[in-house]
Amino acid sequence: MTEKILMKGNEAIAEAGIRVGCRYFFGYPITPQNELPAYMSRRLPEVQGTFLQAESEVAAINMVYGAAGAGGRVMTSSSSPGISLKQEGISYLAGSELPCVIVNITRGGPGLGGIQPAQSDYFQATRGGGHGDYYTPVLAPQSVQEAVDLTMDAFDIADKYRNPVLVLGDGMIGQMMEPVEFKKEITPDQLPEKKWATNGAAGRKPNIINSLRLQPEKLEELNLKLQEKYMAMKKAEVRYETDNIEDAEYILVAFGTTARIVKSAADMAREVGMKVGIIRPITLFPFPEDVIAKASEKARFILTVEMSLGQMVEDVRLSAKGRCPVYFQGRTGGVVPKPGEILDNLKRLAGGGK
Amino acid sequence: MKQEVIIAGFGGQGVMLLGQLLANAGMYEGENVSWMPSYGPEMRGGTANCHVIVSSEPVASPYIVEPDTAIVMSLPSMEKFAPQVKKGGLLLINSTLIEKDPGRSDLDILKVPANKIANELGNTRIANMVALGAFVGRTGTVKMETIIEAMEKTLPKRHQDFIPLNTEALKRGAELA
Amino acid sequence: MKLVAKRPKALAEKPMHYCPGCTHGITHRLIAEVIDEMDIQEKTIGIAPVGCAVFAYDYFNIDMQQAAHGRAPAVATGIKRVLPENFVFTYQGDGDLASIGTAEIVHAAMRGEKFTVVFINNAIYGMTGGQMAPTTMVGQKTATSPYGREAAHAGYPMRVVEMLATLPGAAYLARVGLFNNREIKKAKKALRRSFEIQEKGLGFSLVEFLSTCPTNWGMAPLDALKWVEEEMVPYYPLGVIRDIEEEGGPKK
Ligand SMILES: Cc1ncc(C[n+]2csc(CCOP(=O)(O)OP(=O)(O)O)c2C)c(N)n1
Ligand code: SF4
Repeated sequence: MTEKILMKGNEAIAEAGIRVGCRYFFGYPITPQNELPAYMSRRLPEVQGTFLQAESEVAAINMVYGAAGAGGRVMTSSSSPGISLKQEGISYLAGSELPCVIVNITRGGPGLGGIQPAQSDYFQATRGGGHGDYYTPVLAPQSVQEAVDLTMDAFDIADKYRNPVLVLGDGMIGQMMEPVEFKKEITPDQLPEKKWATNGAAGRKPNIINSLRLQPEKLEELNLKLQEKYMAMKKAEVRYETDNIEDAEYILVAFGTTARIVKSAADMAREVGMKVGIIRPITLFPFPEDVIAKASEKARFILTVEMSLGQMVEDVRLSAKGRCPVYFQGRTGGVVPKPGEILDNLKRLAGGGK
Repeated sequence: MKQEVIIAGFGGQGVMLLGQLLANAGMYEGENVSWMPSYGPEMRGGTANCHVIVSSEPVASPYIVEPDTAIVMSLPSMEKFAPQVKKGGLLLINSTLIEKDPGRSDLDILKVPANKIANELGNTRIANMVALGAFVGRTGTVKMETIIEAMEKTLPKRHQDFIPLNTEALKRGAELA
Repeated sequence: MKLVAKRPKALAEKPMHYCPGCTHGITHRLIAEVIDEMDIQEKTIGIAPVGCAVFAYDYFNIDMQQAAHGRAPAVATGIKRVLPENFVFTYQGDGDLASIGTAEIVHAAMRGEKFTVVFINNAIYGMTGGQMAPTTMVGQKTATSPYGREAAHAGYPMRVVEMLATLPGAAYLARVGLFNNREIKKAKKALRRSFEIQEKGLGFSLVEFLSTCPTNWGMAPLDALKWVEEEMVPYYPLGVIRDIEEEGGPKK
């Protein structure tokens, strides 16, 4: 077994990428993810990789497009305002079916907003984000170790579906240090060949990376093909974790670091005799609809807790389909909810309070 | 065992490093740990703090609301964090820089003249180590040897020469506890 | 000479958040002095960038807007097109202007937009913690050029005023330093001239201020000023690079 080391989330995500053969990184500075590109600028040259600071996030994501199209295992990272700028490029990546990993260490918005942790990019992340009918798988780690594991998996998911994959953390995941272990070590030469890549048409017909389809029928055909991939993702890629939901009367739903705060609140609630369970979506797209649907059949209510003013709660409501009440509680702008606040709210709701 | 500590002071007082050594030591002893810093421009000259949890159970929220211990190295950080400490918890005060009374009679208050001792040892910058020594001496959260091991394993090469001096500072701190 | 430098009216009475020894404060003061001297406080609209000067809207007693990162010249274009009789200036760092906002600045100059740009070249990204800027010197170590900027990898530092000088729409272009009192006086003169060019409607004007970032350069303030003079000035020559009026008016 490898030894555990204490690492910052941002740096651990970068190292995770390198450990699964990512050798290309393009980014632009923005807090609270700056340690990630800085780490890459130090480490990538040691493994014959390329780190380039782009002139903007718009440029960075287009460099990712080029590198992905050329067959490279490639990654970029940013935080909310920068991710907004990348949306055009992400849409092109999805339309041209290019694999890459995009990390969003979310901060509070809208506009320039703040730099403290937030989850208010949920809608943007889970609805494609840019123009057109597309989705990207969204992986939401709750700890530094999980950020490492999910980043490693993100590259494989990206390659499997030829689609960009988003790792959605928040300022806490990026800045916090926790023990981590890197369970894989893959070098680029061990990765399967990408036959579609534009790496020189030597002895084969030219490959083309493109999202343009001027004929409506052709564009519809592309979209239907993309939809098939999203359906396949919904079948094969859903991930979640549950805690004590078997006998639970009350279900808490939360993702990312908020799920850990919710866990503290749930522990407190059980101490005072409330039967509380937790569902933690790990993939936000595809969303773990079934487990929530099932829980909603027995639960007295579901309480969704987010660091936003209510985004994932819409997916929870769509999954619960009115079978039980779905309440929302959140703090935003970089304010982190406190376990005590959640407990108080749970008690109030359980007592029939409005 | 669960110890939730907030460590706070001015930028440059080494509170982040103090927290990291504690978290590393906890990890080497097989505990679950987390270290979470304050971040952003307020750290320029302003106050910096980190939240450290060392626990035999997996760490739920890494964000501490009611710490078992607050280690405060400057007056503004005492004013901010002393009111948050759990009843019966520990408040470790850098008494060289903080004369004011914390106004909590329900806490175990440990006054450590960290800067004074550090100056006696010849380097103001190791005041953080004196405070860490006192904390470890009082609470036994981790062993002193493990803190030293953590320094050896994690300090960058150019700081390795300071380990004997840091160790001395840790010991002086522990004696006060 | 006056003994005490009074606070210019156009400068707000608010403590600035800049690090000790940072030249952002001096530049703010020069802008406020020029606004006072031209008596245009009520006619001037400033645009704050994203960077250490993001709070500039708090430091001037004038109307200000805060723009998205790099987009200040586009915002200024919008303002000036609505208010052609007013004075408009942007205040932008080298990351903001010469990296993410390169397209905006080039096209504002190309169109000959009649506003003034205060361009702060401190060879680094201050706000985000010292990453490489397009203006970072070859060999300079930063958070994202930990081995020193290498020209073969990251190119050579960008000389913004010389680049913009290829555009006929740029009516006034100058580069100034702030490393001694004589240079500060010259800087103010250039800044005043750039506002006059705007007043006369002659076109786009920009003054590049060679500035310091003691914090992220890891230097004492005085050493930082010396570094500007010794390391930056040889690569970034000082002086007026274009003054369209002195050159006989706009070209055909
Ligand atoms: C779209 C977007 N990307 C990145 C950032 C993060 N950011 C804030 S300030 C800054 C750079 C500032 O550097 P510079 O313009 O040189 O000004 P200085 O801080 O040195 O004065 C960056 C990249 C942002 N706010 N928005
Ligand atoms: S970080 Fe640099 S540019 Fe920003 S205020 Fe401090 S010294 Fe000035």
